[in-house]
Amino acid sequence: MKKEIKSSGPADSEIILGILNDSKEILNRLYVTYFPMVLQLVLNNSGNEDDAKDVFQESVIVLYNKVKSGNFELNSKLKTFIYSVSRRLWLKRLNAQSKTLRNIEDFSEFIPVEDDLERHEEKDRQFRVMELALNQLGEPCKTIIEDYYLQSKSMQEICEKFGYTNADNAKTQKYKCLQRLKKLFFQA
Amino acid sequence: MMKSDIELTNQIDAYLRGELTDSEIADFEKKRVEDPAFDIKVVEQQNLVLHLTDYADRMKLSSEMNAIHETLDIYDLKNQVAPEAPLIRRMWKKYRINTAIAATVALIAVSGTLLSTGYFSKTISTNVSLLRREINSIKKSQNALIKNINDKPNKGPVNPGQFGGTGFALSSNGYVVTNYHVVQGADSLYVQNSEGEAFKAKMIYIDPTYDLAVLQITDPAFKDLDILPYTFKKTVSDVGEDVFTIGFPRDDQVFGKGYLSSKNGYAGDTVAYQVSIPVNPGNSGGPLLDNRGNIIGIINGKQTQVDGAAFAIKSTYILKSIEAIPQDSLDEKLIISKRNSLSGLSRKDQFKKLEPFVYMVKVY
Repeated sequence: MKKEIKSSGPADSEIILGILNDSKEILNRLYVTYFPMVLQLVLNNSGNEDDAKDVFQESVIVLYNKVKSGNFELNSKLKTFIYSVSRRLWLKRLNAQSKTLRNIEDFSEFIPVEDDLERHEEKDRQFRVMELALNQLGEPCKTIIEDYYLQSKSMQEICEKFGYTNADNAKTQKYKCLQRLKKLFFQA
Repeated sequence: MMKSDIELTNQIDAYLRGELTDSEIADFEKKRVEDPAFDIKVVEQQNLVLHLTDYADRMKLSSEMNAIHETLDIYDLKNQVAPEAPLIRRMWKKYRINTAIAATVALIAVSGTLLSTGYFSKTISTNVSLLRREINSIKKSQNALIKNINDKPNKGPVNPGQFGGTGFALSSNGYVVTNYHVVQGADSLYVQNSEGEAFKAKMIYIDPTYDLAVLQITDPAFKDLDILPYTFKKTVSDVGEDVFTIGFPRDDQVFGKGYLSSKNGYAGDTVAYQVSIPVNPGNSGGPLLDNRGNIIGIINGKQTQVDGAAFAIKSTYILKSIEAIPQDSLDEKLIISKRNSLSGLSRKDQFKKLEPFVYMVKVY
């Protein structure tokens, strides 16, 4: 193992709490503290800074999903978790590009994270399907769905925004849009 | 049927959003138990909304992370964590102090001798050195050493030697400007970008009076660059202005920062500026830029006995030279960029944007 990058970041428990509270401040500190570690890993194992960015951001997504689903136990350091996930993701990518490393140069200890990555892959697949479905949905459906289900806008607001003459028309439209999305998503 | 379906969907939405009253919820739950088809509908809709919010959460997280990423100084971070340099550089690191001491001793000895013989007072007129770099100088001195040992008659170098300087793009379609003295007497020319890719180039115009040369990249592997981020300043810049340059005094791009110290060059030369900036052999032909990212000149020499006095041909002469090239003699039109996308950026971002447009000129 080579020199480790010193990181005097926030405490792990502070980060976990921040993730649960959607704290932007914590995300920022998490990023600033741990990105250099992943950058070091990727740069020293035949990747560039863009690869490092992708791998690190994906690891943070894995962490967020894990924490938010309530099964993050602090039996390993957060740093170790992020490093291990990034390491695994990067090795997979290298493999996919049929570039194999004779031996990976490591900068931190790591733990097995196969289960987490399996869960992540499934989630990632669903994310892509939803992305595709929303793109195929078209307007005004996409905006109506986003306004109602994501922005939690009322039917009254949507009715005014789209200039429907009465709330019933808006409801019918929303129903049709949801049916289409359902079809696109579940049948993909 | 359709009408009731719409009603059901709305009811499920209201249930999922917590908009139902207690008695309505009780009815709803009861219906779920009694009617499995309805229950499936609820679960399905709930699932879909869950996937939808997951999607939105991840999009939000990604965009927040990208915003944070933008604020990082990647260059600085890379320097901290970049891979170990190859053997030669490691050896250089290891032995550079020894080398520096040896060099200092040599320097003191030489300058002491020169000083005592009154050398400095005689050589004012040859005080300007042009900053092209002899790439093979180390190899050649080694060769010379071997020859001495073998005691063979010295016939002079067979290889004319390789020289290097800097050049920068005039347009995105492969025109590059550098100094005349860099490419003077060249058998063949290559330009090499920051990624280390070398392209064959030819000289299409020289202007020895202003020490300028325009090259065209003729290599089929060359692909057009993005739109140039800089423009050429048409007026004279003010003394005291902050300036910077990028050059190839070694095989990597090196950034140098300084200020404009005089409106005229060496011995009152009105074609050039005097610039207080660290430059070395290899910097010749490098762009000199002001804070807003305008090209104000092209580095071409420095005063040998004065620290930090470099010279740069003013940008107006570059423009004059370009105008003097007969356009119909060119394969492709040479159009100078009129849009500047560097102003307002931090120095490091300016450097990043400039990187692909500055070349090492290799002369064989």
